Amino acid sequence: MESSAAVHERGLGKTLRRDRWWVPPLSVALGLSLCGAYATWAVLQGNYYFAEQFHYLSPFYSPCITASCPEDIRLFGIGWWPLSPAILMMGVILGFRGTCYYYRKAYYRAYFMDPPACAVGEPWGEGYKGETVFPMIIQNLHRYFLYASVVVWLFLTYDTVMAFFPHGQFGMGLGSLVLLVNLFLLSGYLFGCHSLRHIIGGNVDCYSCAFGGKARHGAWKRASWFNKRHMGFAWFSLVFVCLTDLYIRLVSMGTITDFRLF
Amino acid sequence: MARRTFEVYRGTAADGKLENYDVEVEPGMVVLDAIFRIQAGESPDLAVRWNCKAGKCGSCGCEINGRPKLSCMTRISDYPDGESITVTPMKAFPIIKDLVTDVSQNYRANKKIPQFRPRPKDAEDGWRMYQFEVDKAQEMRKCIECFLCQDVCHVLRSHGKHEEFAGPAYMVRTAAFSMNPIDTVDRIEFLKETGGIGYCNITKCCTEVCPEHITITDNAIIPLKERVVDRYYDPIKALVRLVRRGGKNG
Ligand code: SF4
Ligand code: SF4
Ligand code: FES
Ligand code: FES
Repeated sequence: MESSAAVHERGLGKTLRRDRWWVPPLSVALGLSLCGAYATWAVLQGNYYFAEQFHYLSPFYSPCITASCPEDIRLFGIGWWPLSPAILMMGVILGFRGTCYYYRKAYYRAYFMDPPACAVGEPWGEGYKGETVFPMIIQNLHRYFLYASVVVWLFLTYDTVMAFFPHGQFGMGLGSLVLLVNLFLLSGYLFGCHSLRHIIGGNVDCYSCAFGGKARHGAWKRASWFNKRHMGFAWFSLVFVCLTDLYIRLVSMGTITDFRLF
Repeated sequence: MARRTFEVYRGTAADGKLENYDVEVEPGMVVLDAIFRIQAGESPDLAVRWNCKAGKCGSCGCEINGRPKLSCMTRISDYPDGESITVTPMKAFPIIKDLVTDVSQNYRANKKIPQFRPRPKDAEDGWRMYQFEVDKAQEMRKCIECFLCQDVCHVLRSHGKHEEFAGPAYMVRTAAFSMNPIDTVDRIEFLKETGGIGYCNITKCCTEVCPEHITITDNAIIPLKERVVDRYYDPIKALVRLVRRGGKNG
């Protein structure tokens, strides 16, 4: 490269980087698209989400709040909703992940190319407003999706326990373990949330002056441990929640039989 | 002894090009050493800013193979043998000459931050605090003001929002003040308005390039964004504040 253009040029993909900078955004775009496509498909199905025999409920359908839900797991029994019960809860899950600080980074880079990678040119110019105006300003409501997700997480915890006690008796199959791992990964993701980390202690500066300061510092420290690993938990929990749905779907369809341990 | 080709930007903002230099390199050399050799030989007029050659003064920021780096801390052996290495000025700032850029916009951004003001002394000899509660602010105090984060931040680099957004380095500085347990100043309005924290879309390039390994996005910017949310975007908190104020007035 001989001209000054290399130094001054702007625009999508313009860079002097020589590594394969496009690999991470491309992988993220593929991963998010695949998981998104599967989740959308699974949510729209409205069937085979509950393996009644073992009390396995797909996490996409928990809590199951419409009248069409099987009796064992029905909550509220909302009658006016004609579509798949999962669609109602999807608003919470999508809102939580969609406004998550990690996923924001991931899709701003991979889908919006804003920027596609560090020190790589992008298609957008001076009109950029970031998260200062609508619609991106909505990202600031992340904590509300967090509150709603904590409620959903309580249901998931209950469902996981129930997968070990189908019909009131202890019993354990591969599906119970799948649900347990799913709960572990989702909990890891939730506990590392930046908003949670802020609310439980990050908003304190003088811990020795604040009420319950030491305890809040301890809670903040623990949340920070998960927060450092937030990206990992975000990905593993996303992929695994799809696999969990798939497993339960196949069991309830009778395509595979659950491997029973006890 | 091995030789390496360096493609170095020569010129001003208006006119310049990458010039090739063939430099003799030895094990252990950093990119700044190669620049010195060019100065000592072919081009005594090659302009470069440096000071400590120890990664502590933050003067020698530039871009090596397109990535923001401190040239005094970047080993030549990090790059594959036989390949040339490009050395260019920081793209986010106006070029003065060769590798030297005008970084004064950063000083202007710095001046906008409401300064640190401690509470009254706890005792005659000063303040009392525990190490665990100063950890957060201390991470931010590691900043050497090299401006590599400012350079890589796309808000400044690609969108040119130098007036609207203070930039990651000054989010770090604001966090250093605000997270200090004895500080008394409210910087939330500054962050939202003059500091323009909403311009950051948390894509984390600043964190990737920081030579001091400050977790800029996760430990400074996002916690500060959450503070702005507390004040401006949380309807429940707003309601609580309103009720409290009403209670006090009534
Ligand atoms: S995280 Fe924010 S401040 Fe850091 S480089 Fe990205 S946009 Fe700039
Ligand atoms: S935060 Fe890091 S990259 Fe930014 S100016 Fe300070 S030391 Fe340099
Ligand atoms: S920041 Fe990722 S879930 Fe809250
Ligand atoms: S010369 Fe001081 S940091 Fe490189």
